[in-house]
Amino acid sequence: MGEFLQFSVTGLTIGSIYAIVALGFVTIYSVTKVINLAQGEFVMLGGMIMFTFLNIGINYWISFLLTLILVMIIGWLVEWTIIRRAKGADPISLIILTIGIAIFIRGVASVVWGKGQVRIPAFSSNQSINIGPASITPQSMWVVFIMLLVVIFLYILIDKTIVGKAFQACSANPPAARLMGISPARMSSFSFTLSAGLGALAGLAVAPILFPAYDMGVMLGIKGFSAAILGGLGSAPGAVAGGLIIGFLESYGAGYISSGLKDAIAFTAILLILLIRPSGILGEKNVGKGGL
Amino acid sequence: MKNEQVILETRDLSVSYGAIQALRHVSMHVEKGEIVALLGANGAGKTTLLQTLSGLITPDDGTIIYRGVEMIGQEAEEVAAKHLIHVPEHRQVFPTLSVLDNLTLGAYHHYRKTGAKAVETEMEKVFSFFPILKERKEQLAGTLSGGQQQMLAIARGVMAKPSLLLLDEPTLGLAPIIAQEVLGLVADLRNEFETTVLLVEQNVVSSLRIADRGYVISHGEIVKSGSASELRNDKEIKEAYLGQSV
Repeated sequence: MGEFLQFSVTGLTIGSIYAIVALGFVTIYSVTKVINLAQGEFVMLGGMIMFTFLNIGINYWISFLLTLILVMIIGWLVEWTIIRRAKGADPISLIILTIGIAIFIRGVASVVWGKGQVRIPAFSSNQSINIGPASITPQSMWVVFIMLLVVIFLYILIDKTIVGKAFQACSANPPAARLMGISPARMSSFSFTLSAGLGALAGLAVAPILFPAYDMGVMLGIKGFSAAILGGLGSAPGAVAGGLIIGFLESYGAGYISSGLKDAIAFTAILLILLIRPSGILGEKNVGKGGL
Repeated sequence: MKNEQVILETRDLSVSYGAIQALRHVSMHVEKGEIVALLGANGAGKTTLLQTLSGLITPDDGTIIYRGVEMIGQEAEEVAAKHLIHVPEHRQVFPTLSVLDNLTLGAYHHYRKTGAKAVETEMEKVFSFFPILKERKEQLAGTLSGGQQQMLAIARGVMAKPSLLLLDEPTLGLAPIIAQEVLGLVADLRNEFETTVLLVEQNVVSSLRIADRGYVISHGEIVKSGSASELRNDKEIKEAYLGQSV
């Protein structure tokens, strides 16, 4: 029982990170139909840029904010300098383009920060809290808390504001949206900026747990992408569910079977789920219909 | 023709899709307060003309003057911001958004500039004109009937305070009695909102009933124009579109 609780806590923590990364994929995909495989690099940048700001002695929470803003600017730049120039290219080319962007960002990161891992202090104390037989670090709770905040923020933004409605309109029918004066180009830029911000938040939250390095984005990106697919690309609730499922599978797999197999176990389970339900858990309803 | 009355004028407008010439030297105009019908068979170029006017398609040649300003080269979203509003064919409401949200998005520009308050008055006017939409305002647009979706599409256009409303086949796919109702609403729209309308229709008889003037377009060219009554009594039109032999 104690073991189970402990594995569940770990699963929830890492699953929350995957969920935030998956939401980044969904945000961009729903308006641009681009699968941004550089999403994991935004997470990495979140951790590494934070490290640099802390290193030069800037206050923790100011560094946090500056990192978030800087990564969002990078996301905006990626859209403005590259994705927008390739408008009209077919989706496969655009996806390959984002792989190129990812490799470029990773390359630059390895030059700037080297190849080693860096350490970042936790948001608050490191003192674990014991709940029954399981012990939880405060950072784990922060991670889950940030995931919940992201979900609430996205819900309000997309469902309750005019910009969010315009976002949904653009996702459902770009030409009709244009006739209403909504610019799909601006929405594309907005989605990359927002998505980079989500990636950075995931990176900031997980950095004290995972010790970030220049290449941490690869695995996080793949897991987040899997979570998005599992949820039915285009569905925000699906992305969160997908992220949590992968997190739990991984954690139980590592705990009960073998930690060396944790990625294999998670991906095998995803393959099985997708074989049974190819459109993802919450897919059918949402894909291409303006859902988020 | 008093020039200041002309709200929209095209001269020598030509559009092609690759090797296919969709519009050839189209010159036409719409005056303030008019309902002008654009008639023609399927594939004649009616929709292409509307899409060119609203900036979705860039023409090869020619000019579009709207309220005295050259419009060619402006993006569709900029054109919409100038109250030249295109209600596209097949309704194209946003199915997963509520009726209310669809209408609010119609006033997107307005809303972002002046805030929710200004949109409310417009919404009230639209609701009193389309009471059925008020009844169903919380419903998802995709769950409305065809006729109701068409009313929503038109109402969404009206929310943008159009100086000129381009309506593309508003009766397409509707039962005849609903089609009559929709066209009746278009006629009332002018009286209520002082909207100028350029109406694309295949339904020649009904549209000439509510229109002041009309153009007949065939293979991308304007082949005939005149007042609604002239066109109604035109021999060739009777034969070609009304199925009457003279």
